[in-house]
Formats: sequence, C-alpha cells, structure tokens
Amino acid sequence: MVALVLVGHSPELLRGLRAMLAQAAPAVVVSVAGGTDTGALGTSASKILAAVRGALAEAPEGAVVLLDLGSAALALEMALEDLVPALRERVRVSRGALVEGAVRAAVEAAGGGPLAAVLVASEVPPGHDKLPDDWPADGTAPA
Amino acid sequence: MSGTLIAGWLRLAAARIAAERVHLTELDAAIGDGDHGINMHRGFRALETRMAAGDIATDAPGSLLILAGRTITGTVGGASGALYGRALMRAGAALEAWSGEPGMTSAQLGAALRAAVNGVAALGRSRPGEKTMLDALVPAADAFEAASAVGVDLAGALRRAADAAEAGARATLPIMATKGRASYLGERSIGHLDPGAVSSALLVRALADAAAGGA
Repeated sequence: MVALVLVGHSPELLRGLRAMLAQAAPAVVVSVAGGTDTGALGTSASKILAAVRGALAEAPEGAVVLLDLGSAALALEMALEDLVPALRERVRVSRGALVEGAVRAAVEAAGGGPLAAVLVASEVPPGHDKLPDDWPADGTAPA
Repeated sequence: MSGTLIAGWLRLAAARIAAERVHLTELDAAIGDGDHGINMHRGFRALETRMAAGDIATDAPGSLLILAGRTITGTVGGASGALYGRALMRAGAALEAWSGEPGMTSAQLGAALRAAVNGVAALGRSRPGEKTMLDALVPAADAFEAASAVGVDLAGALRRAADAAEAGARATLPIMATKGRASYLGERSIGHLDPGAVSSALLVRALADAAAGGA
C-alpha cells in the first residue's frame, strides 16, 4: 500500500492532519516532517529525509509527499538528493493542497491504488469547489 | 591567514546576526512572514553552540562548512534555511580537499564563493534582479573575482565584495518581488529591502571583517 509523507512548517498542523487521516484511512502509513530540528516553525531537510525513508521502509509500493507551502519544496529537494536512486524512484511529490490532497490520497492508497493513482488523487483539480453549487460566488452566506 | 578564517567568520556572523535580528525581522515583517531575524538567529546560535561544544570540528574548513550548512538547513527552517544551508555546503565541497593550512588563496576562496552563489541560484531557480539573496551574493562574487584578477589581496577583495553586496542589497528597494513569500504581495513589495539580500550582505561583510582582523 502506498504511504504518505506530510511536510510542513508546523508540527501541530501535521499532527492534527495525521489524526484526520488515521480516521479516514487507518491502514495507510503516514510519515510526517514538521518544523525545524529544534521543533520551531520551519522545515528541515534531515527531518524530511528521515520521514521519507521511514515511509519507504514500510511501503514497498512507494510514497507520495505533500507540502504545506512552496517554501518547503527547497528543503524537500535537498532531502531527495540524499536518497539513493532506488529509493528516490519510489517517491512522488504532489502539487496538491495539503489537507484535501492528503485526505484524497489516503483514501486512494487505502483502496490499493498504485503510486501514480495516489499522486493523481492528491492533486485536487483546479477550480474544484468545496462549497455546494448554489453557494454565492462572492463568498457571502447563502440566503 | 589560515583555515581558522572560516571558523572566525562563522562566529562573527553569529554575533552580527544576533545584533541585527530585530532589524532583519522588521524587514521581513514588511514583505514576508516576519521571522527572518528570529530564524537566522536561532540557526546561527545553534551553529555557534555546536562549534563551541566540539560537536563540529573547526579545523578543516571544507568539512566545517558542510556541517555548518547541515546545521543551518535544519535549524533556520523554511526557504532561507535551505538556501543558506545549500550555500555553505557547496562552499564546503569546493574546499574539501584543502586541510586549512598553510593559508587560503584568493583562487580557493573565489571558487568557494562562486560555488555557494551558484548553489543558491540553482536551488532557488532565481537570478539577480528578483529581490532575493542573489542581489547581494552575485555582485559580491563578481567583485571578489574582479578585484583578485587585478592583484588585490584576499582581504582587500573581500572588502570590495562586501561593499558590492551592501550596494546590491540596497538596490532591492525598488524591485517587485517575484520569488518567495514576498511575491504574494506583488507591487506592495516595492519600496522595501529584501531581508535575504540584507542578511546575505551582512554575512559577506562579516567574512571581510574576519579576514581583515586576521582571524
């Protein structure tokens, strides 16, 4: 079963998201890398590397990585450079939104979807609307 | 000047960042998320602590820079931690074959500076003129090479590099940011200095001062 790796600036944010995923898809391995080495807000290439390695150790099918913000991509890139090619080829990085992407990816992974399908599931299509069709376009509350 | 230049520079840089942390954070509050000084201070303090405790050996400049880069990447956090970490690691890789004795040549330091700058540009997919660290770092590397090419000694060339870095940082004021968090602001980023360019200039000045002090 494909695993997920959550990368973000806030350890608390990722803890909460992991709890949501454990409820939605308890069988899926979810590895997290949140905050700096000292637990401050930020990212750490070594934490990310450890999280990716941990996920791959438990998921031979591979792992999909999701990020909270674009600035995490730099540390992620450094971490992936330190992976041997045999491991790196089992990793896919998602452009999806962290929360919605992770929930969708977890459900796809739990259903036995392959790496490519989990990646697609994590990338919520542009223009996807989480509100009902009749919700006012200007964001005001429905009458 | 011996290999201790690098250790002396990193200690001086840590002290300067500690002194400037409020200023750097204020700059970042204007166009970013207001934590650049806090993050840099946390990272360089961690580095200083590890050096003082002997967790990072300070004798061989190449490995010192690589370990410093790892520390900065893991403790500064975010994009600036990754970019400064990459810069230090690339500089370290360029100096790895050198024991630190008898003394650093301008060619060695120039190669390390250029490797650091190229590492930042590649990881950040950026170039000068985009209101980033590179607006200070590229002019610094250029000025160092130009001065060295006409026979200016290492300390003198570093002084010119620091002048160029500070001028480059000041020149970020009218630029509209297109990279990083500041790009969220679009035109509202105009009229503010780039915090990363300012901290880059600070680091180059600390290197020049460490060299001038015979550190």
